[in-house]
Amino acid sequence: MTDLPTETTRKMGLVIDLDTCVGCHACVISCKGWNTENYGAPLSDQDAYGADPSGTFLNRVHSYEVQPEACGTDPAHAAQLIHFPKSCLHCEDAPCVTVCPTGASYKRVEDGIVLVNESDCIGCGLCAWSCPYGARELDLAAGVMKKCTLCVDRIYNENLPEEDRVPACVRTCPAGARHFGDLGDPTSDVSQLVAERGGMDLMPEQGTKPVNKYLPPRPKDTLAAQGMEQGAGDIDLLAPLLAPVTEEAGGFLGWLDRALDKLPGGQS
Amino acid sequence: MHPAPPVIAFTTLSGLGFGLLFFLGLGLPAVTGWVAFIFYAIAYALAVGGLLASTLHLGRPERAWKAFSQWRSSWLSREGCCAVVALLTMGLYAIGAIFLETHWPFLGALGAALSIATVFTTSMIYAQLRTVPRWNMIPLTPALFLTLSLAGGALLAGQESKATGLLVLAGLTLLAYWHQGDRAFDTSGTTIASATGLGTRGQVRAFEPPHTGTNYLLREFVHQLGRKHAARLRVIGFVLAIVLPLLCLALPVGGLALKHALAGLAVLSHIIGVACTRWLFFAEAEHVVGLYYGKR
Repeated sequence: MTDLPTETTRKMGLVIDLDTCVGCHACVISCKGWNTENYGAPLSDQDAYGADPSGTFLNRVHSYEVQPEACGTDPAHAAQLIHFPKSCLHCEDAPCVTVCPTGASYKRVEDGIVLVNESDCIGCGLCAWSCPYGARELDLAAGVMKKCTLCVDRIYNENLPEEDRVPACVRTCPAGARHFGDLGDPTSDVSQLVAERGGMDLMPEQGTKPVNKYLPPRPKDTLAAQGMEQGAGDIDLLAPLLAPVTEEAGGFLGWLDRALDKLPGGQS
Repeated sequence: MHPAPPVIAFTTLSGLGFGLLFFLGLGLPAVTGWVAFIFYAIAYALAVGGLLASTLHLGRPERAWKAFSQWRSSWLSREGCCAVVALLTMGLYAIGAIFLETHWPFLGALGAALSIATVFTTSMIYAQLRTVPRWNMIPLTPALFLTLSLAGGALLAGQESKATGLLVLAGLTLLAYWHQGDRAFDTSGTTIASATGLGTRGQVRAFEPPHTGTNYLLREFVHQLGRKHAARLRVIGFVLAIVLPLLCLALPVGGLALKHALAGLAVLSHIIGVACTRWLFFAEAEHVVGLYYGKR
């Protein structure tokens, strides 16, 4: 039955640090690489070398620009570019599970991972319709729904060295922006990270109670702002030396500049 | 949402078919023999044809039978179960009417209830989705499916006075659905700010999509092309589905042949009109996942 478990023993999931992510897409590639040749049907591509390529991915990295607004006399801070990896959030109240007509979608009691039993999936697509995050994609070659498995075939795999028993995206992230662990255990590293950094849910109003958390980016513009203020912070020690020595051009180029300005149509 | 032809055909045709079965089950008209055969043939062609069309949009149609198992939690599964039970019940009732010239009122009433319940379960597949605010309107979305199905059913069953009333009701529901639906996304509270969780920091703008090409999500959920002629299609759909059939019913004509021709015109116009509004039902529906792509 596709009823959701009332409670799961553990809540395995990811914590994604938006402050650290550099948007290199390495997690996207390692995810596709691992999952296309392991659990379930391969992640197919259509027209991969043609004019209109597309394919199935379980993890995609978006990039957003955030423009802080001017506040009173305070001018607006510089816009910030935030890279935003997005995959299945393994929601506690996963709507994709309950809509499934065949029981192919299920949430595991032992660790909370949401999985698709591909031999039962009829490819109706309703689970993808019910997911607000776009975490599920119908594979056009296999005709079944694909989604993040939290690398269920890695994390318990005793044939792998211990350091590899994490999802492929976590293992590969060169910036250390992805963390894996039990978010149901308040003493776990990931839970403490979430508490410390104010980890947040995506679309909380949709009522899905996602397990995965996102750590908000730290403000990036404080150093520049400190430099603007007089007598505050280390940067002011060097600031006088960094000031432009002269605004006026000298030498031959200076003469040329002034001479050209004097011609009709020049400045002043 | 992508207005996939199989899904439009399914909701339009099976809605009409089950609407007709509803009236036949109530003995409106209480036909027997060959006339009953023709009525039931039309009803089953529409209802079963629609259901078969819906399997065309499955990735693995050969496994469709597995969809009968999850009636406890899934509206799609409930719809499949309800449709089969309704068709079997009305099948028995039809055998009585066609071959035995008898009506079993209890069986007919049960079949009528199951038929209209099937239309309700269809509507709930869409109405349950919080991710599509325009569909997530209870009771308006179920009301739209039910009134259109009943109006079409009455039209096909030749129940002129009932059809007139139900067409007016369906027309009003359609207008209310459009009116409230146009505001649904903005009042849902889901924005790019809540989608990214970055809204408290400033104005969020989608800077770069994950891939330069398209993908399943954009093809399925961000279908902007279909909305291009939305305003015109609303007028066309409303006129064909509601206004023209009403005019055909209201015209005072004497001859039986002319009456039948007008009724045929009303039914045809209604079917095309409902298909047109169903196209808009999908094409105008915006999924919240589009926000991640800076689109709707």
